[in-house]
Amino acid sequence: MTDIQTSSENSFSATNRERLDDPLMEARGIGKSFLGVTALEGVDFTLQRGEIHALLGENGAGKSTLIKILTGVYTRDRGEMRLDGQDVTPANVAEAQALGIGTVYQEVNLLENLTVAENLFLGRQPSRFGFIDRREMRRRAKALLARYGLDIDVDALLSSYSVAIRQIVAIARAVDLSGKVLVLDEPTASLDSQEVEMLFVVLRRLREQGLGIIIITHFLNQVYAVADRVTVLRNGRLVGIRALAELPRLELISMMLGRELQDITREHQAQEEAVAPTGEAPIRFAGYGKRGSVAPFDLDIRPGEVVGVAGLLGSGRSETAFLLFGIDRADSGTASIDGKEIALSSPVAAISNGFGFCPEERKTDGIIGDLSVADNIALALQARQGWAKPISSRERQALAEGFIKSLDIRPADAQRPIKFLSGGNQQKAILARWLATEPRLLILDEPTRGIDIGAHAEILKMIERLCAEGMSLVVISSELEELTAIAHRVIVLSDRRHVAELTGSDVNADNIMQAIAAPNRTEAA
Amino acid sequence: MIHTRNLPFVTTLAIFVIAYGLCILQFPNMLSTRVIGNLLTDNAFLGIAAVGMTFVILSGGIDLSIGSVIAFTSVFVAVAVGSLGLHPLTAFLAVLVISTLFGSLMGAMIRYLGIPPFVVTLAGMFLARGAAYLISTASVPISHEMIDAIQGFYFRFPGGGRLTALAILMLLVFIIGGFIAGRTRFGANVYAIGGNIQSAELMGVPVGSTTIGIYALSGFLSGLAGIAYTLYTSSGYSLATVGVELDAIAAVVIGGTLLTGGVGLVAGTFVGILIQGLIQTYIVFDGTLSSWWTKIVIGILLFVFIVLQRGIIWYSNRRLAESRLKEI
Repeated sequence: MTDIQTSSENSFSATNRERLDDPLMEARGIGKSFLGVTALEGVDFTLQRGEIHALLGENGAGKSTLIKILTGVYTRDRGEMRLDGQDVTPANVAEAQALGIGTVYQEVNLLENLTVAENLFLGRQPSRFGFIDRREMRRRAKALLARYGLDIDVDALLSSYSVAIRQIVAIARAVDLSGKVLVLDEPTASLDSQEVEMLFVVLRRLREQGLGIIIITHFLNQVYAVADRVTVLRNGRLVGIRALAELPRLELISMMLGRELQDITREHQAQEEAVAPTGEAPIRFAGYGKRGSVAPFDLDIRPGEVVGVAGLLGSGRSETAFLLFGIDRADSGTASIDGKEIALSSPVAAISNGFGFCPEERKTDGIIGDLSVADNIALALQARQGWAKPISSRERQALAEGFIKSLDIRPADAQRPIKFLSGGNQQKAILARWLATEPRLLILDEPTRGIDIGAHAEILKMIERLCAEGMSLVVISSELEELTAIAHRVIVLSDRRHVAELTGSDVNADNIMQAIAAPNRTEAA
Repeated sequence: MIHTRNLPFVTTLAIFVIAYGLCILQFPNMLSTRVIGNLLTDNAFLGIAAVGMTFVILSGGIDLSIGSVIAFTSVFVAVAVGSLGLHPLTAFLAVLVISTLFGSLMGAMIRYLGIPPFVVTLAGMFLARGAAYLISTASVPISHEMIDAIQGFYFRFPGGGRLTALAILMLLVFIIGGFIAGRTRFGANVYAIGGNIQSAELMGVPVGSTTIGIYALSGFLSGLAGIAYTLYTSSGYSLATVGVELDAIAAVVIGGTLLTGGVGLVAGTFVGILIQGLIQTYIVFDGTLSSWWTKIVIGILLFVFIVLQRGIIWYSNRRLAESRLKEI
C-alpha cells in the first residue's frame, strides 16, 4: 500500500513539478471524530489549478466528511488546510464561499420555488436605491448562463427545468460566487448519458479557465472520462492519490475495495470450495427489472443456496434487493415460486410469499429503537399473521427468549429497548425477526456493516447454518472476502446492470473485480 | 401567458371579480364607493395583521399570537391613554416596541431552540392574552383629541364614500409589504427559507436573522393592527379579537399563498381580505342571513383553495415529467 502511494507521487511530481510547488488547495493530516467515532484520520489532499480531481471510496470511506470539512459544513479536529498558500479554516458555508470554495450538492441545492435568476443571485441581488433591480438581475443572469451555452427563460421557475439544467445553473452560481474551487457531490446521479456529456463539457471548460474541480461520483467510467487525478479513501484513511492516466481500472477498484490482487489469488488457493446445491430452482426471476433502477435480470435461487451480490456503491446492489422484496415494483419480467407466478407488489406480498429482508440502514429502516427486543422480533411474524390476530405478550416473550438463546443476543433481556443494544446484537435481533417467520428466501443487505469482528464471524456462521437447513439467502455485501467465503454463486453488478454471474471455483475476489472493471459496457446511464 | 406560480393569485382575483359582479346583479347598491370605503375601514386591522401573517406563512411558519397581541395592544393603549393620561403617540410607540420585541423573541426561540413555530406562537398567544387580562379585564373606553382627529379624518370619494385614515394605513402597509416581499433581499430570503430551509442555508441565506426578522415584522404589524383596532372601536378590551389569527391565515391562504411556504404574494392577501369583506357586506345587504354564513363561505373557499393548490402542484409536476420524457 505504502509503495503504491509513494511511486504515484513520484511519477506525478515528475510531470507536474512546477504546479506541485503551488497547489490551489492543500490539506494535511485532516482528522475528524463524531462522538468518539473516528470518521477521518490523517487524510492528505491536494488540488491543482486547472484540475478535475475525483474523490472515490465506498460507503463510510469518509468522502463526504472530507468534503464537508473542505467546504465549511464541519470544522476539522486535526490537520491543516491551505488555499492559495494561506491557512484557512472556514467556519461555515458562507465563509467557504467567500474564500472561493463553491459547492454543488446532489439534491438539496437550489430553490425550486424561485426563478432561475433569483436562484443565481440570491443573497447578492443587484440593487438600486436599496431595492432589488429585477431588470438588471435578469440581464446578468442571461449573460452568466450564456457563458455556459444555456439560453433559457431566467424568469421561469427553476422547477420547470430538467435536473441537468438545474445542475448547470447551480454550477454557474457556485463558480460566479466563489471562483477558485468547485466541489461537485454526485453531480451525475440522476442524469442520463447525454446530460452527463453536457455537464462534462462545462467542467472541461472551467478546468481550462484554471478552476480546481473536485468531483465525487461512483461511476468509474465517468471518472476516467473527465478526471485528471483521483484520491481514494477507505475507512476514513487515505489509500492513495494517483494520476488516472497511469492507473489501470482494476487497480483503482482494488484500492477502493482494499484488496491487493496477489493476496486474493493466494487466499483463494487456500480456500476450499463450497459445494453448490444443484437441481431445479423453485424461486425464479425472469427478465426482472425496473427502469431507472436496475436493468432486467434473470435470477434463479435454489434451497440451501447463498447467492452473493457484489458491486460498487451505486451499482444497483440495494436496488436489486428492493425489487426482490417488492419495495420497488418491477416494470418488466416475472417472479415465480414453484412454477407459480407471483406478484411482488409490496413488502407485505413478499412476506406472505415467504420472503424476508434485512435492510442496509439498520438504524433507519430496520429497528424501532424504543420498542423492546421482544417486540422488534415479533414484528414481521405479526405482520404475516395479520394484525387481527395479535401475538400475546407471553408468546412474544417465549419467541424472543428462544432466539436470544439460539443467536446468543446480549444482554439476554427481551424487554430491553433495542436501541441500547450494540450494532451486532441489533443485527441479530433483526435476523431473528425474519427467522421467526421461517422464510424460504432471506435477503440480507450488508449484514455485517458496522458491527464488531466477533459478531461478524457469528453472523457469517449463522448464514452458513441457515443455508444448511435449506433456506435460500441473497447476501449483498461490499466486503469481497465475506462474499467469497459464504456465497455459492455471485452476481456482479455494475452501472445498474447485472454484468456477470460467477459460480463454483470462479467465485473469487479477483474475478469479481475483473467483472466490475470490464470495459466493454455501455456508458453509464 | 400566466406563469403557474401566479395561478392561485389570478384565480383569487377572478373569484373576487365574479363574486362582486354577482352581488351587484342582486343588489345594485353594492356598487358604490360607500360600500368599498366601509369594507376597507372595517377590515383595516385584519388586513394589517394579515400582511405580517403573509411573511410568516411564506417562510413556512405560522403565527398564532396575532389575535392576542392585538387585544394586548388595544388594552395597553386604552389604559395608557385613558387611565394614565399618556399622549397617544407615546403609547403607540411603546406598544410597537413591545410587540416587535415580543415577535423577535418568538423568532429567536424558533430558530435557536429549534421549537416548531406552532408551539412557540401558541405559547405567545396565551402569554399575550394573559398580559392583556392582567392590565384590565374591563372594556376601557378611550378619548383623546388626537384620537378623535384621526378617527374624523377621511378623503371623500365621488359618490359619498370615505377613505378613512385606517383604510389608508392598511393600504400603505400592503404597498410597503409588497415592496419588502418582492424587491428587497430580506423578502427574497423569506421566499428562500420557505422553499427549502436547508438549501437556503447552504446558499448562504442568513436564516437566523431572517427568521427573527419575519416574526419581529409580524409582531410589529400585530401591534399596528392593535392600534388600528383601538382607533376603530375607541376602546380596549382584553376579550376582543379572539381567533383573528385564524381569519388572517384564511385571508393569506385564499390569497394564494402556499401554507407550506415559498409561494405567494402580498397582493394576494389583499384580495383575500377583500373577499372576506365582500361576504360580510353581502350578508348585511341581504339582511336575513345569519352572520355565521361568513364562516361557512370562508370555510368552503379555504377547502377550494387548498384543493386548487394541490392540483396546481400535481399539474406542474406532471408537465415537468412529460417534458422530461420528451427530452429522452
